[in-house]
Amino acid sequence: MHPDASHPDPRRLVLSLKGITKRFGPLTANDAIDLDVRAGEIVALLGENGAGKTTLMSILFGHYIADEGSVSIADSEGRMAPLPGGSAQAALAAGIGMVHQHFALAENLTGFENIVLGTQSLWSLRPRGRGARGKIARLMDESGLTVDLDVPVARLSVGEQQRIEILKALYRDVRVLILDEPTAVLTPQEADSLAATVRSLAAKGLAVIFISHKLHEVLALCGRVVVLRGGAKVADRPTLGADRATLAELMVGRAIPARERPPSTPGAPVLSLRRVSVGAPSQRDRLESADLDVRAGEIVGIAGVSGNGQGALAALVAGLAAARAGEATIDGRRLAGADPAGRVAAHVGRIPEDRHRDGTIGSLSVAENFVLETIAAPENQRAGLIRRAAIRARAAAAIQAYDVRCPGPDAAIRALSGGNMQKVVLARVLEREPKLVLAHQPTRGLDIGATTDVHRRLIAARGRGAAVLLISEDLDELFALSDRIAVVHAGHLSPALDAVGLDVRTVGLMMAGHGAGEAA
Amino acid sequence: MIRFVPRARTPVWLSVAVSIGAGLAALALTAIPLALTGAPVFTAFALMAQGAAGNGFALAETLTRATPLIFTGLAAAVAFRAKLWNIGAEGQLYAGALATVALGAGLIEAPSYVLVPLVLIGAALAGAVLLLVPVLFKTRFGADEVVVTLLLNFIVLLFVQMMLEGPMKDEMALGWPQSAPVLDEATLPKLVSGWRLHGGLVLAILAAVALHVFITRTVWGFRIRAVGENARAARYAGLPVGKAMALVGLLSGGLAGLAGASEVAGLKGYLTADLSPGFGYAGIVVATLANLSPLGVIPAALFVAGVFVGADSMSRAIGVSNYLADLVVAFALLSVLVGGLLTRFRIVFVRRGTA
Repeated sequence: MHPDASHPDPRRLVLSLKGITKRFGPLTANDAIDLDVRAGEIVALLGENGAGKTTLMSILFGHYIADEGSVSIADSEGRMAPLPGGSAQAALAAGIGMVHQHFALAENLTGFENIVLGTQSLWSLRPRGRGARGKIARLMDESGLTVDLDVPVARLSVGEQQRIEILKALYRDVRVLILDEPTAVLTPQEADSLAATVRSLAAKGLAVIFISHKLHEVLALCGRVVVLRGGAKVADRPTLGADRATLAELMVGRAIPARERPPSTPGAPVLSLRRVSVGAPSQRDRLESADLDVRAGEIVGIAGVSGNGQGALAALVAGLAAARAGEATIDGRRLAGADPAGRVAAHVGRIPEDRHRDGTIGSLSVAENFVLETIAAPENQRAGLIRRAAIRARAAAAIQAYDVRCPGPDAAIRALSGGNMQKVVLARVLEREPKLVLAHQPTRGLDIGATTDVHRRLIAARGRGAAVLLISEDLDELFALSDRIAVVHAGHLSPALDAVGLDVRTVGLMMAGHGAGEAA
Repeated sequence: MIRFVPRARTPVWLSVAVSIGAGLAALALTAIPLALTGAPVFTAFALMAQGAAGNGFALAETLTRATPLIFTGLAAAVAFRAKLWNIGAEGQLYAGALATVALGAGLIEAPSYVLVPLVLIGAALAGAVLLLVPVLFKTRFGADEVVVTLLLNFIVLLFVQMMLEGPMKDEMALGWPQSAPVLDEATLPKLVSGWRLHGGLVLAILAAVALHVFITRTVWGFRIRAVGENARAARYAGLPVGKAMALVGLLSGGLAGLAGASEVAGLKGYLTADLSPGFGYAGIVVATLANLSPLGVIPAALFVAGVFVGADSMSRAIGVSNYLADLVVAFALLSVLVGGLLTRFRIVFVRRGTA
């Protein structure tokens, strides 16, 4: 946990951004930003969504051209040379590598093929195996990033795909490695091992830009932190002596209210699973003989690395999948089969994992998305004709109540930011006062403000007496919200343990496949 | 540098302007090969315009030609909105035409206020059922509807030829493979005496308006739009995806079937195997030009019909091949596809800065 600040300055400069300004119409996305990165340094880039991190990195990577300012990068002899703007090839050739939050992998190719893709001639019929494999094996050894290279990437978990992405960058001999939210999908142990990897890579002279919003990681791993807010650089300081509260305030520009979670007495079970299996045994994301109760007025968190069975659990509760064996009941009634409309009728509020793919219909308006599940209800239609005025009025009220920033109820929902889109989904789900709420990764990709809002709403639903099933890969979120936490690994669901007194390490070990007793 | 910024909402005036602009661009592009042939460009276009709408008779001819195109355009528009790629409107048109002569050429004798609706319903049902089969194959087994509907066209056409050479052959037609004529009671009324313009046009316009209301104002229309735009999210939300697709199949096939009924009972009076010069396929062009809007289908069909009727007339006058019409329509299609960029994105010019 030693900050890397011990030996920064004697190291030579590898990357220097001077006065980078980028405007999109009236919006100044980057305002005269200076940033120097030295070899062997780990620099954190902090900022809310829309603070300008992505724009800055896109300029560095040649996807955008800055209106003003310059980028220079050290060449192989260490001399600083200007980097031509607008060319991703030039950035790659200069040794800039980036691991995006949303991976850029060809899913039907294997890990090995993805890593060497683009480094070999298109005319070679087979990727030349030996040399490449030797190099990758060495990189895996040095970095501790082990992964099966010979199965299609689509079959790997998100965490494994990320390892492929990092190996891909390392394979290209990067001098500056940009990691965009790299730990968002990892277990604490995996995150620790990633941190160790990053430290050892930095010790060998790699410069790392670490984009994250997990402040404790930033403090533990990075020697220096740069904070962007509203497009401008508001802080550039060593992490030594900084704490989470100050960094959060710098990012948001105001003090963050502490999350309040009043005590609550759970009632009768609403969701009840008895030896329930979901999904074919050959499937990776399946559930085997799971037992779980989620009671009215409590939040039960499901921890686990994605692809271990939480997808199957969510599909069962959402009505997309049927139980293969066992008995699943909601409110005492047996779940017959895959029946999303039946779940809506049974007062299950469902927040899907992917709001773009499953939660909203992009070209329909905010108001239409608001009534997507209930269009056939009497308040939304009369004799098959849509009651447009009534729907608009209620959507407008929901926009107000949930603070959705949008041009109005008639705006196409795809024009909204992720946070505002999620607010529409929340409004749709929670306005109906559901008895059971399924929240599957409800804050993935959201900034601190929107995340706080989602958390507040879920706690309010619990206070109202709803049973909340929270599936998340973010342990901070699970510990902050859950009354009880269960861990899913390889299709097996652990008993739900009281969150109070539960140790993050224990949960982490269980996520990696160790039993609760063994872990404790 | 040019950047495309997605629009939250496309204003209606812009869609209309882009469509008109696309039509003009198509004519301008057609002028290039026309000039290369040495033909007088402006005279040719003037003759085309005159031939399409220069007098009452020309206009009536364009409207007559537009009638089946409105039906098949609507069939394509409603199907494509739901991402059901119905390429089989041609076959559904013939199925509707076959039903029209089967019911209206003597099988049933009834006054026209009974027989006309009966014939129309029968034709719509024939087209609808013909498309329902591929739709069920798609939703049940994942069979690709493009292949199935396209190949069904040929099966239906061969079936029609078989019927016209066999059981439905008119004994009085001197050996020509054509059906017996539909009864007067089953015939759609002429709109203006002496011209070929018939009641099918009124029906087509009513169908466009009804489809517009259905898509935008009804619960099932909402479901169809939702399923078409994002079937995964629609399924997640509990919408009846399979039923919505089946309904789309029935509507699309039914509309194409009506095109057949309108051509037989309104225009020709009997069925031949060359009833349609590709109205089913042209409907796809019409729907695309209309940006899949049911109301937009009407002007789009008029444009395509006008180009073809006008080109025929121009070709007779100055001897330029009437294939020019195909060229205009093809250019219009390309222009509309390019114009779609303008309706979906705002184009922002960015000065190239230094970096």
